[in-house]
Amino acid sequence: MDSNLKKMLEQKARDIRVDIINMLCAAGSGHPGGSLSIADIFSYLYFSGILNIDPADPGKENRDRVVLSKGHACPVLYATLAMKGYFDRSELKTLRKYGSILQGHPDMNKTPGVDISTGSLGQGLSCAVGMALGAKLDKNDIKVFAIVGDGECDEGQIWEAVMSASHYRLDNLIAIVDLNGLQIDGFTKDIMDTSPMAEKWSSFGWKTFEIDGHNYDMIEEAVKKGISVKGKPVCIIARTTKGKGVAFMENICDWHGTAPDKEQKEKAISDINKACL
Amino acid sequence: MINSDIKNLLNSSNGKKIATRAAYGSALAELGEVNEDIVVLDCDLSKSTKTSLFAEKFPERFFNFGVAESNMMSAAAGFATMGKIPFVSTFSVFASKRACDQVSISVAYPGLNVKICATHSGITVGEDGATHQAIEDVAIMRSIPGIKVFSPADATETKKVIEKIIDLKGPCYVRLCRGSVPVIFNDDYEFEIGKGIKIMEGDSATIVAAGFTTHIAIEAAKKLEDEGIEVDLINMASIKPIDENIVVESAKKTGLVVTVEDHNVIGGLGSAVCELLCAKNPARVIRLGVQDKFGTSGDPSVLVSAYGFDSDSIASAVKENLRYK
Repeated sequence: MDSNLKKMLEQKARDIRVDIINMLCAAGSGHPGGSLSIADIFSYLYFSGILNIDPADPGKENRDRVVLSKGHACPVLYATLAMKGYFDRSELKTLRKYGSILQGHPDMNKTPGVDISTGSLGQGLSCAVGMALGAKLDKNDIKVFAIVGDGECDEGQIWEAVMSASHYRLDNLIAIVDLNGLQIDGFTKDIMDTSPMAEKWSSFGWKTFEIDGHNYDMIEEAVKKGISVKGKPVCIIARTTKGKGVAFMENICDWHGTAPDKEQKEKAISDINKACL
Repeated sequence: MINSDIKNLLNSSNGKKIATRAAYGSALAELGEVNEDIVVLDCDLSKSTKTSLFAEKFPERFFNFGVAESNMMSAAAGFATMGKIPFVSTFSVFASKRACDQVSISVAYPGLNVKICATHSGITVGEDGATHQAIEDVAIMRSIPGIKVFSPADATETKKVIEKIIDLKGPCYVRLCRGSVPVIFNDDYEFEIGKGIKIMEGDSATIVAAGFTTHIAIEAAKKLEDEGIEVDLINMASIKPIDENIVVESAKKTGLVVTVEDHNVIGGLGSAVCELLCAKNPARVIRLGVQDKFGTSGDPSVLVSAYGFDSDSIASAVKENLRYK
């Protein structure tokens, strides 16, 4: 990856992470761990130019679609969309509050730039399958990205969707699994072991790439190769660190769904900013 | 006696019986010609739901999801975001219960334009028994915000409902049946969302029926008429939104209402009528249907009698309750 681009994406990811922490602290509840783990991938998707989208026209007909199937990680989506210009950044502090355009889980009718409402795990990938099928039917050459959690892969519906995407040869669908290894009650290997993840998807007929989800060279290579795959859907298994960027949150499952208080917020932001030194 | 205002809308010939699911399949196959946005999704039941009639004509717009109703329902939501008009079919038990959360969160919460047309509703599925007899589907769908619920009584009304919901922007549930029923309406009949239709008229009592039970209720009303008891018989295909006016006005006149549904009496048509009358015009309401128990295997006509909503049971319920007026 071009070094200037990488620098820019790294800075965007830091800004996204800071916004995630700020908005969760203001909300007093929400999900930091799985938002921070996927921040680098969001930075790449929205700021590298890979997506055909237009913040001035969120409903543009031939736009690429992004489905946050792990809907509880919406702080990362909201921070990214605000930064991209879909709505004013000042909205972020209204997260989860009555009347806000930023619901506790993504709502396509309230938040500009959200392509589908999600939150009940397992459903988003199926929605993405429907989008990809619809696009194919119209010979509309768009891409559909679906961000799936590794804990979410416990849901049977995920595998129904995986099977159907392969059956219909949806090469316009790219799933990205945020493999952070944790779910609410503990490590995925202890709660419900979904390994080996890549083998599962590939045995269902998907082309899989395994990457470090915080390494921009690998993210770019996987997404670009993924887009060029023909005849089958693509799954990028992104190994990530839950809570990435905030030392005291990293790999601690209690930070799945706990918001930082003011003191923790300062410490978290200082951690995030240290990463650029 | 037959409502003279609508006499010209009723089928006068004694033609063969048609299942509403068959009328659905035919309607889809016809509408597919004129509306290219229609896509049809099914879960390995297309021969039973009759979506196969569409699939044969428009294979590129028919999507079989295998035995995976949850995935199909959410995928339908995805199709809808792409400007398609997805018709989703499976048995009512699976559409309402297996895929309940998908109906609620993927489809109804965002208000997406998905037409859930489920067949094999009620105990009149018959021999397959309780596992395949949906007796909770109306209750479930009615309680999900934004979902309209329609239960057509015959082949004509089914066709009219399907034509009407094409123009409806938003989700709906259409309750279709396995068994064949007489054709009640002729092609001049027009279905309207939020409207019921009074098929027979009388002052003694009001019978409200929908779907499979309408033709049974007509039989009952004719039996009562032979005994000198004339009733209002309202066909309420639009269960949600319900036609408040027609029910309230009739209840005001007769003072006794009997509802008939092939569904649990909790949460279905009878409940909808009670909710309405409690607020607008309290009246005695007798709810015939499945009395909060599971179905069982058997010939549909035997089951209808055993579960107490055959024409004799309806007529008896009216007669027994006249004394409370």
